[in-house]
Amino acid sequence: MSGRFFGTAITRVEDARLLAGKGHYVDDIELPGMLHAAFVRASFAHGRIRTIDVSDALAMPGMAAIYTMADFADIAQGPMPPMAPHPLLKTPITYHPLADTEVRHVGEAIAIVLADTRAHAEDAAAAVTLDVEHLPAVSDAVLAREASSPKAHSEHPSNIVATMAAGFGDCAAVFAKAHHVLTEHFDIHRGGCHAMECRGVVANIDLLSDALTISTSSQSPYMVRRHLATYLKRDENDIRVMTPDVGGGFGPKANVYAEEFAVALAAIKSRRPVKWIEDRQEHFVATTQQRGQVWTLDVAFDNDGRMRAIRGHCIHDNGAYAPYGLILPATALASFPGPYALEALDLSVDVVLTNLVPTSPVRGACRPNVAFLLERLADRVARHLGMDRQEVRRRSFVRAEQMPYATGMKARDGSPISYDSGDYVAALNLVLDKIDAAGFEARRAEAKKRGKLRGLGIASCVEDTGLGPFEGASVRVTPAGKVIIATGASSQGQGHRTAFAQIAADALGVELEDVTVEAADTAKFPLGISTIGSRIAVTAGSSVQLAAHKVRAKAIAFASHQLEVGEHDLELEGGAVRVKGIREMKVKLSEIARVLAGNTGMTLPNDMEPDLAATAYFNSNALTFAYGANACEVEVDPDTGDIRVDRYVVVHDCGNLINPLIVDGQIRGGIVHGIGNALFERMIYDEEGQPLTTTYGDYFLPLASEMPRIEVHHMETPSPRNPIGVKGAGEGGTIPAAACVISAVEDALGPKGPFIPLHPISSQHVVQWLAAIDP
Amino acid sequence: MKASPFQYHRPQTREELGAMLAHLENAKILAGGQSLMPMMNLRVIAPDHLIDINRIPDLAGIRETTEGIEIGAMTRQADVLASPVVRSRLPLLARALEHVGHIQTRARGTIGGSCCHLDPSAEQPAVCATLDAEFIVSGPDRRRIIPAGEWFEGLLQSALGDQEFLEALRFKPWGKGHGHGFAEYARRHGDFAIAGGAALLEADKNGRISRAALLSFGVESAPRRLPDAEASLIGRPIDGIDLEPAVAAARALDAMADVQVTADYRRHLAGVLIRRALEEARTTLERRS
Amino acid sequence: MTERSVTFTLNGERREANADPRMHLGDFLRHSLGLTGTHIGCEHGACGACTVIVDGAPVRSCLMLAVQIDGCTVETVESLGKPGELSPLQQAFATNHGLQCGFCTPGMLMTLEAFLRVTPAPSEQDVRIAISGNICRCTGYQGIVQAALDTASARANQS
Repeated sequence: MSGRFFGTAITRVEDARLLAGKGHYVDDIELPGMLHAAFVRASFAHGRIRTIDVSDALAMPGMAAIYTMADFADIAQGPMPPMAPHPLLKTPITYHPLADTEVRHVGEAIAIVLADTRAHAEDAAAAVTLDVEHLPAVSDAVLAREASSPKAHSEHPSNIVATMAAGFGDCAAVFAKAHHVLTEHFDIHRGGCHAMECRGVVANIDLLSDALTISTSSQSPYMVRRHLATYLKRDENDIRVMTPDVGGGFGPKANVYAEEFAVALAAIKSRRPVKWIEDRQEHFVATTQQRGQVWTLDVAFDNDGRMRAIRGHCIHDNGAYAPYGLILPATALASFPGPYALEALDLSVDVVLTNLVPTSPVRGACRPNVAFLLERLADRVARHLGMDRQEVRRRSFVRAEQMPYATGMKARDGSPISYDSGDYVAALNLVLDKIDAAGFEARRAEAKKRGKLRGLGIASCVEDTGLGPFEGASVRVTPAGKVIIATGASSQGQGHRTAFAQIAADALGVELEDVTVEAADTAKFPLGISTIGSRIAVTAGSSVQLAAHKVRAKAIAFASHQLEVGEHDLELEGGAVRVKGIREMKVKLSEIARVLAGNTGMTLPNDMEPDLAATAYFNSNALTFAYGANACEVEVDPDTGDIRVDRYVVVHDCGNLINPLIVDGQIRGGIVHGIGNALFERMIYDEEGQPLTTTYGDYFLPLASEMPRIEVHHMETPSPRNPIGVKGAGEGGTIPAAACVISAVEDALGPKGPFIPLHPISSQHVVQWLAAIDP
Repeated sequence: MKASPFQYHRPQTREELGAMLAHLENAKILAGGQSLMPMMNLRVIAPDHLIDINRIPDLAGIRETTEGIEIGAMTRQADVLASPVVRSRLPLLARALEHVGHIQTRARGTIGGSCCHLDPSAEQPAVCATLDAEFIVSGPDRRRIIPAGEWFEGLLQSALGDQEFLEALRFKPWGKGHGHGFAEYARRHGDFAIAGGAALLEADKNGRISRAALLSFGVESAPRRLPDAEASLIGRPIDGIDLEPAVAAARALDAMADVQVTADYRRHLAGVLIRRALEEARTTLERRS
Repeated sequence: MTERSVTFTLNGERREANADPRMHLGDFLRHSLGLTGTHIGCEHGACGACTVIVDGAPVRSCLMLAVQIDGCTVETVESLGKPGELSPLQQAFATNHGLQCGFCTPGMLMTLEAFLRVTPAPSEQDVRIAISGNICRCTGYQGIVQAALDTASARANQS
């Protein structure tokens, strides 16, 4: 793939507007007569609501209405439809738009308060009184799994929602004949979303047509429309869902939320536009997160460091509902065996309900968890055998010549997973070269002179990208010669508009400024799935390519007929179809578009179809696998326990790069997120399910002052699985980052130090560990 | 979240402020707002009255007087940090301010506000305690001077009476060339310190320590001087001082535990940081030849 | 709550408006004055998305009351550059891919704008500390830091 624009590090078309403060996010929407909503939310983790008294609240200044679930009975009833049905979830576990009777986590929405201002709505919400029968709550998944634990849902006899399993080969046999077997326990915590823009919804009902319009800060506008249509028993055509500019998504904005439904219902009932903007306090308790997985794993390996098989079990904190089905734990299983050529695998996951806000994918879903497990095991094997950590990888990785490599695992739809292309050993060797691993011991010694413990960490990963089924795009040339791309793909900062414009501009020989992208509006493009799992470049990007090339072909066919020249003698450049070598002999695209738009009494030439436009859906029926190797150096202050990431180097292969600037940005942002998971982010609850870290004074996001420069090197093995040869890049930074940092800290603490099977780790951990080495 | 409703008052003079403090129930003074407004926006507190003192003249400013350096309570932290007088005469305060919040916080936050709010890990109250600052307080009938030793009444609790406000802080600078050291630990820049230490040293013409102030903050609910450790330094040659009594004293404090750290770790850090502060004070102490 | 009249200079223009004393400056700019470039990220003074410049200093607009800007000079992101032309700092953000979703960006720009006015030759660490009160979840900060350094050195080369 090449062209004027594809592969170049062009500055983004999105930027000028955003830099000038002219972004249009959901809270920037003002509609005449709009009411502002606040939610009455549960301050308790588990209980049954006996009565709700809104009388004092309704009398307060600026009040318009307060609704509970009962108030919507004439419009719709029952739990929300499940987003991702799974055969193991016989009864879906979804929210009601507002709590029905039983409330199952702090932050669950109970009533919606509508007023002239948000402040007034909050004042009234505080004046709503609830009579609650408190029920016992459980906040720890390990405890919740036990039969004796309080039940997160009072009607469920067990908190184990599903037990999922995956594997291949004969684990018993491989373990029996392996030279060594080790068992380790892992405790992995990932945190919340914390996009800088919280969620938000504006819903409006057209008083004449009854059509419902929703603007939502979401990664899945088409899913919002679909599920709302199902719930309201409306045709999807009567509901328009748009996403304005979205200030970050990172996974949790891909869910369809109770608040989206509640705000829509409130707009329908009140016959007024309704706006709800989540504030950061709500984000901590009502937006999905990832949290904990506790794993026990056995690894079987040989004297030469070759890892042969892994088996074990996970307890997965699901939270109180499963709005996203079982996708998160399923991703954990499906991410094995990573880059390792294992002979056998046998894993099971108990998905456990707790009285906490639900968990759903956060950047990487459970792929970072699995990368952590695999990379820690590889380091453990190395430590046990007294080998170099890199050697274990070289012995155990899938080799380039084995590609395409069937891992033994199956995808969500049951098809076998096979890695399409990649050279994991080469990536590892390259990153070690780039970080100058050979010179590390000298750097360690120099740090020691300064009183610091320096460590080198490594981590590799494989990432499935380009999840199906499809996204789509239409490309149209207007009679003014402009190119309009419409697509269902939504964006939250990934620069899709620029990437798509690059692809189309190359195909049609126009300038980037001539291309406009209209995205994620159900009224402007019929179908879409979701921006998740690093899939949009593959699906929507390929769709743009396919559609643009159909338009190109049509333009060439037209010009060939008009100029009486063979199609093979024509090219597109400067907004026109031109004869190769004779630039001035041309037909402008604008002219073709005008003709094909038709005119009274005019026949279209050569029986051509009207409209210089085409639509394409790229159906991604096979995943394509990005991969990478990371290396980093940390310095530990042995007195305070401070951990500082000092250098970070990435080698990453996501196939062809549409725009290296954008890809590097995704990788760097992802790595910083992973460093946050390794060292900073911890969502803490007490035993009663009360969240204890609900401000940025208690929950620590990574800041510029502690982050290293991140050096990125690309290997570009084009994907054979889509027309533009790309692989996804949105999560490849996060996936190995925590593993890499932990590996480095462990190396800094030295061979007498602990094996570190958990994250996040803190300076307090370090001090405790060092004290154990040298009391 | 939006703050609960309140009545807003903007006194233009000290007298107006005094009258408001006397008559308004459940009132809070709004100075820099960097501690108050987050609590109000989180609805952690809900005063009925907010008294904005940002327009009262002459509550800000840094003045050298015969009795010491007076810093008006409303002086912005950024201005204290940038002041040449502070940098040269009260270098410990300048050192500490580098750790206070972020650029935006220091632009609005005031030294007086921090010294009234009294977060246990706040740097400015800690420096006041190390320097034995005097708190100049105005009330309905009188002005009074509260020495630092009497200012800290408990967690987030100053000695200010209900109807009083802090006018200014008065510092008696230590001698020219005195040693000063400051160390704190937080995981990220600008975070509340998990613990910290401050140290001041003066030496006589024979190169022996003649005066010492040692303080741990962020450890107990208020900053704590370490008087026994201070006494142990007196008379010792500058290069022969023993750091261990200070470290032991810091480690013996009744440290707070919270959801992030244990008391043990906090005590450990207290020892590490007082050692660093004292070492820095020793290094910066000018040697007379 | 009775509104108060405030008179202030906003992006170079003298303005007069009524403000509910309860309303913070960020909300006032966005909803009363229609300048939606300033964003609200946390409302408790940690994320920096709401940063604007008041009397030359970068402040968290969520921690100031609207009525407090009486007599002040306020600058928001809308004041940067000229119509149709980005300022050098804004341009440097674009060149260095210092923004992705754009939500933290106005706050970052105003913090850096104020910072670079008084610190014309910052080191990388100076810049990182200067923006330590501004959280970005998208970029990993490197593009932002480089944009600030490029802007500073371009200014130095010009003078």
